[in-house]
Amino acid sequence: MKIVLTDRPFEPGALVTAFCADRAETGAVATFVGLARAEQGQAAALELEAYPGFTEAAIGEIAAQAVARFHLQDVQVVHRVGRIAPGEAIVFVATAAGHRREAFEACDFLMDYLKSRAPFWKKEHGPDGARWIEPTDRDRTDAQRWD
Amino acid sequence: MARVLLFGRLADQAGWRDRSVEAGDLSALRAALAAEDAGLGEALAAPGVQVAVDKVLVRGEASLAAGAEVAFLPPMSGG
Repeated sequence: MKIVLTDRPFEPGALVTAFCADRAETGAVATFVGLARAEQGQAAALELEAYPGFTEAAIGEIAAQAVARFHLQDVQVVHRVGRIAPGEAIVFVATAAGHRREAFEACDFLMDYLKSRAPFWKKEHGPDGARWIEPTDRDRTDAQRWD
Repeated sequence: MARVLLFGRLADQAGWRDRSVEAGDLSALRAALAAEDAGLGEALAAPGVQVAVDKVLVRGEASLAAGAEVAFLPPMSGG
């Protein structure tokens, strides 16, 4: 299990390749990549703040829950912090399991948590200045599916 | 001395995100911050703002060891 916060752009393809290496007993790897959207010019950049140490620990707890719940063999989360330009990857999640259903569902479960409850604070910089963003109703109801 | 960390809109409102404050417990710490900036004191006490001491969430009051790290966390947005 690996949880990483980084303030540098990352290359999702390289992460998938590394995650898939040396897996004789893994039948399925599911991955998700979240990108920063331009929102028709309304979002010139996203700024994400984390609480180093606290944020990784909180994500690690949910990742451990995902491992137990979906019988995962491994999980990895890479999350950007700092200023992120439209088109750049914000988040990478990879799950490894014996079979595909568990890998898909665990990936979905982790993303619902990351999008709605993970300890990040998100600011959108647009033409009219900057504003803090909170989870949408959709983000919350998505997360409630797993309760 | 406790180290106080502010995140998100709380840091923007205060104009700082990291400072040391002399306080033996959480209520003394809140009082010290509010005495200096009443608006911030109110924002820190607002519903939805969580407090972590040494990276562990606490509810209600807590005593603070020397060098404790106290973080005020506004509602988390997700990534």
